[in-house]
Amino acid sequence: MTAAIRTFLSLNGQIFYWLILGPFRGQPVRISAVFQQMVRMGVQAFPMAALTSLSIGLTLAMQGAQELARMGATAFVPDLVAVTILRELGPLLVGVVVIGRSGSAVTAELGTMKVGEEIEALEVMSINPVRFLVVPRFLAMLVMLPVLTVFGNYIGMLGGWIICHFALDMNTTAFIRRLMEAGHPIDLYSGVIKSFVFAWLIITISCQSGLGVSGGAEGVGRATTSSVVTSIFAMLVANALLTALFFFS
Amino acid sequence: MPVIEVRDLVKKFGSRTVLNGVTFSVEKGETVVIMGGSGCGKSTVLRHIIGSMKPTSGSIKLFGEEITTMPDRQLEKLRLRFGMNFQFGALLQSLTVGENVALPLLENSRVSPEIVDLIVKMKLELVGLTGFENLKPSEISGGMRKRVGLARAVALDPELLFSDEPTSGLDPIMTAVIDELTLDLTRKLHMTAIIVTHDMVSAFRIANKMIVLGAGKRAGTIIAEGTPDDIRHHPDPEVQQFINGRPDGPVPLKLSPEDYINKLLGHERQKGVDY
Repeated sequence: MTAAIRTFLSLNGQIFYWLILGPFRGQPVRISAVFQQMVRMGVQAFPMAALTSLSIGLTLAMQGAQELARMGATAFVPDLVAVTILRELGPLLVGVVVIGRSGSAVTAELGTMKVGEEIEALEVMSINPVRFLVVPRFLAMLVMLPVLTVFGNYIGMLGGWIICHFALDMNTTAFIRRLMEAGHPIDLYSGVIKSFVFAWLIITISCQSGLGVSGGAEGVGRATTSSVVTSIFAMLVANALLTALFFFS
Repeated sequence: MPVIEVRDLVKKFGSRTVLNGVTFSVEKGETVVIMGGSGCGKSTVLRHIIGSMKPTSGSIKLFGEEITTMPDRQLEKLRLRFGMNFQFGALLQSLTVGENVALPLLENSRVSPEIVDLIVKMKLELVGLTGFENLKPSEISGGMRKRVGLARAVALDPELLFSDEPTSGLDPIMTAVIDELTLDLTRKLHMTAIIVTHDMVSAFRIANKMIVLGAGKRAGTIIAEGTPDDIRHHPDPEVQQFINGRPDGPVPLKLSPEDYINKLLGHERQKGVDY
């Protein structure tokens, strides 16, 4: 456990070293690789993130309408949807989608490279694997997870609107006005800050698991499982801490 | 001054000793072939010299500098002066053949892309793979991957070339081509090479110095060292068995009945007990 934490800290140190000092040493991070990873981790995850967020928006609105109807307060369904999605479910669920799609892929890819001696070959060619492989993925994740989260927030609220408009006969103007009144900038910002933290946790844990693989195909499988489990666990803990920090202190 | 100096190299994995006091040196321009049976530690020696494994004890000097205690940054710089051809090529699967060969050039030198393109074509031509630039490593055969690995290893025209079984799995013609290429690089460009192989034909063709690692009780130690002629006429029966490829000899084909029982039991058989 302590060894894992030490490796984790050392990996973080190396990432920041190459981010900040790499350009001065004439070995900057390859921008093309960053964009390539942004497409793979972000752009290609849009459909899945959208589907998840839409379904959450729909179900939240339906559950909320059911409960609030008893108190004759269905007008507050947009409030419920906006606050829940912006603050909690948006960042969290998009995070889970990205862990499943990209976190696992990063671990499996780096792990296979480790097993196939590709990482060693890079080292022998004086190409630092952290600079060459980890930093582009790190940057891509740090940019794309917040983007996906904001996008997911909108789609989630669209799901809420579908229920309010078609099932509760609320008109669109009223829906948007309630959203604007209920949702404060802090709700959006806290969600985005959370998604930055999640992005950092997900990508560093995935890369560390991938680079630490030993023992062939079985090792790659084991590392991928552990990377997904650890990422989700770390994300849930971080989420609870950040919620406490933003809204409960 | 020798280019490579290995002194009392010992490597233990847990309780298993893989290298047990290996000492040798390589002069500039020499082609040293390291031979020995499978699993005798040949590749481990190579891995220590390129700095990707740290020894349990002993010293390794490249160009007069101790690398076992060298900080990573310094080692990175030193590595620019050598090329390594891995046993299975170790090509980056996500890049094409051409991009693989171009990688060390693009990352470690300031050459314009047109020149890089030209050098890639030249290096691929050397190993007989012109026209394969745009294929992925998964789309070519194992032997071809190895040749791409060699092209990549010499992309930066290194002073030192390390090759791990460069010819295993290649057809006889291609083996001769690779041997010829190694000879060209060492004799004409004065590259120093360490080649690990158990292909005897190829070994005697390219070496001007040979090192034989032992098996069994003498595992992990050098049992013979010298010019190809020295090795050919070496008195050690194990060396003779190895270079002539005899199934039985000091490295036994079959264990004696006594040894066989001991091996099965995992301990010495007690006297007078029948099994």
